Amino acid sequence: MHETVDLTFDVNGTERTVQVEPRETLADVLRERLALTGTKVSCDAQVCGACTVLVDDLAVSACTYLAVDADGRRVRTVEGLATDGRLDRLQQAFIDHAGFQCGFCTPGMLMAATALLEDDPQPGRDAVIHGLEGNLCRCTGYAHIVDAVLAAADRPATTDRPGAMDRSASADDAGPAA
Amino acid sequence: MKRVITRGAAPMPIGEAVPRRDGVDKVTGAGRFTVDLGMPGLAHAKVLRSPYPHAEIRSIDTAAARRHPGVIAVVTADDLPDVHLEYGHALADHPLIAKGKVRFAGEPVVGVVAEDSVTAEEALRLITVDYAPLPFSTTPEASLAEGAPIIHETPGEQRAHRGFVEDIQRDHPNVCSTARQAWGDIDDAFARADLVLDGEYRYPRSYAFAMEPYNAIARWAEGELTVWTSGQHPYMVREDLAHCFGLPLSAVRVIVPYVGGGYGSKSYTKVEPLTAALALRAGRPVKLVLTIDESILTTRGDAATVRLRSAFDREGHLLGRQATIVLDTGAYAENSPLVGRKAANRLGGPYRIPALEVTCTSVYTNTNPASSFRGFGAPQVTLAGESQMDEAAERLGIDPVELRRRNVLRPGERPWKTARGIDADLLADLDLASEALDWGSPLAPGRGRAICLSASDAGSEPMTSSILRVHHDGSVTVTCGSTEMGQGSSTVLAQMAAGEMGVALERVHLLQSDTAAVSYDRSTGASRTTTLMGLAIQAAAKDARAQLVQWAQENLAPDGPTVIEERDGVHIGDAHHDWGAVVRSFFGGSAGEVVGRGYIRRHGATAEMPPFWEIGCVGVEVSVDESTGVIRVEKLVTVGDVGCA
Repeated sequence: MHETVDLTFDVNGTERTVQVEPRETLADVLRERLALTGTKVSCDAQVCGACTVLVDDLAVSACTYLAVDADGRRVRTVEGLATDGRLDRLQQAFIDHAGFQCGFCTPGMLMAATALLEDDPQPGRDAVIHGLEGNLCRCTGYAHIVDAVLAAADRPATTDRPGAMDRSASADDAGPAA
Repeated sequence: MKRVITRGAAPMPIGEAVPRRDGVDKVTGAGRFTVDLGMPGLAHAKVLRSPYPHAEIRSIDTAAARRHPGVIAVVTADDLPDVHLEYGHALADHPLIAKGKVRFAGEPVVGVVAEDSVTAEEALRLITVDYAPLPFSTTPEASLAEGAPIIHETPGEQRAHRGFVEDIQRDHPNVCSTARQAWGDIDDAFARADLVLDGEYRYPRSYAFAMEPYNAIARWAEGELTVWTSGQHPYMVREDLAHCFGLPLSAVRVIVPYVGGGYGSKSYTKVEPLTAALALRAGRPVKLVLTIDESILTTRGDAATVRLRSAFDREGHLLGRQATIVLDTGAYAENSPLVGRKAANRLGGPYRIPALEVTCTSVYTNTNPASSFRGFGAPQVTLAGESQMDEAAERLGIDPVELRRRNVLRPGERPWKTARGIDADLLADLDLASEALDWGSPLAPGRGRAICLSASDAGSEPMTSSILRVHHDGSVTVTCGSTEMGQGSSTVLAQMAAGEMGVALERVHLLQSDTAAVSYDRSTGASRTTTLMGLAIQAAAKDARAQLVQWAQENLAPDGPTVIEERDGVHIGDAHHDWGAVVRSFFGGSAGEVVGRGYIRRHGATAEMPPFWEIGCVGVEVSVDESTGVIRVEKLVTVGDVGCA
């Protein structure tokens, strides 16, 4: 029905090749072709930051980034943050500091914060607020998110809490498979 | 002979901050929202919407769209003769797809189902609708003016059982509902007043912007309907779907995974009937995901014009309040009759007012429908009431906090004769806010402070149930119809179940919001879940424990020693038996379970309405840039009078 092209890129450390339509956004490809639904789409207009992912270490809005432009590049999403079943320091800090409620903005917020800490490992409060300006949260009022990022900046880059991922919540147990 | 002793009654494990149970799901991206779900054979829908605020639909040409490759179904109202198109919470005035005419710009007119959403969107452009534009009204004033266009020629069918019979009146064809609240002698109050304030306050239309847009998946199988939805009230949605499709409630299953924000905007029914109708015609499971633009067109908060008069004596005591409130309801009733009812109930605030008279009229306009948003009714009227409290303080030369102290209701005092007494300590709340804001300290130039209060009759209605199952290994499954939408219900409700049964939190599984698997709960909203579902879980645990103790007596201690009920099981002689052992003893084998039932209704502790009061207490210090007028909130203080936590 629609013309497709090959896209080869690194997604969370694994090389992937997928056939995509030239019009498809990076968010479409991650969510629909690679089943990486952690990346959320809300405004779909590069305003809210929910779809933030890292392309070659730069935070971008996946909802308006053409997938074909990621060819040959390195893409990181929220699914790539935890390693070997261990949450990374930002993920753990978001849990410890109540940095989320509904959780819909959280993946984008975590990726924007990841880029922020890679760029500025010891940001002050104002720098965190400035760094997260492109990400909307409608639940928390932001204060706990900023607290979480500042706390993560004070921790070593990997968490030492084995088993932190053992408990999974149950709200979607009855849902269909993605 | 009583042979059961209870010792160490189960304490609630409240006051302990445990990690959120949805935490790992939400920081890893593993947690699924409806918008993340898929299934084999899933088709995708898009909606063609009216560009006119009010127009007759003369004809719709869908032939080219139907021929477009990849299109599965093109659906208009004419394609749904077997569906009851109109649904609604207070009254069924809202067609799931426009029939004959459109009443707001953005109303769904045609639905297209295709193999993918891009193909569906392409097909929308191939549809031609011939509209005959009609005169329209976009404000309540215009809707009530002489010769105004009539938005609903015939009134919607009343949903009498939803409790709006008195408020749904058709004095004027563009009036949706009228709520009244009155007590005392209002004329006498104003006759005795030393100070009368009279003002008009306008509250704008608003949009909640839940970050997950409205979306749903509908699947038909064997004549039964399953819907996954971002809506927060699975049981309300089930009822509207049953109504639209002529199904018994038992043939409709509504499942709500995590919800990406709501703030009231995902209350009641939104995209589910349309999605189900499209799936019915497509013969395939269908997913409909609105854009944020479409979500804005789907529901907003009610705009209000509040004309308020307040009467005070010279000591600052409120003698009376009289108000006329007009709500801009938009094209369909949605939940506005309840917004109006709550605005009338909440206008008095947390104050002792000898006389009050409120009329709140919800008016249809040719704009997108209004419904719940953040304590609906309260913000609209609190703006007016608290503005006049500050104005009275200034006019009477009384400190604004002191003026409020002189008027606030004391614990147990009833705002009106038939209402539950206030279950909050407002003087203490004011003290906390004043202290935190350093009330009374000198202010820098260009700065100002205020502390405001509100009181909401919260909790909706006590119509809630829970089933709690204790398995033969002693672990617990507790089920509830309350939705996890960020408020933390998945954690606090599990904590309550763990505490009531004396088991570790890790051994409790909480199943939420699947109407085929959990028992009835009216809704998730009005801050009701922790209190009302908490009570239901407590009652279910009590019921399970009573059965377990009886089973222990009959099966583990027949004619034998006393059974001592403990927190996590029973003690008989020298032996402790956990709940799993008691379950196994009842079934006489290696397995089984006990089922505890909890029902919460207008009975006992929840007999009086409202189920509880919700107090708002907020203080701010703001600065105003006198050259630009820019206002900046320099300090914000909120006090939550939450009771036992």
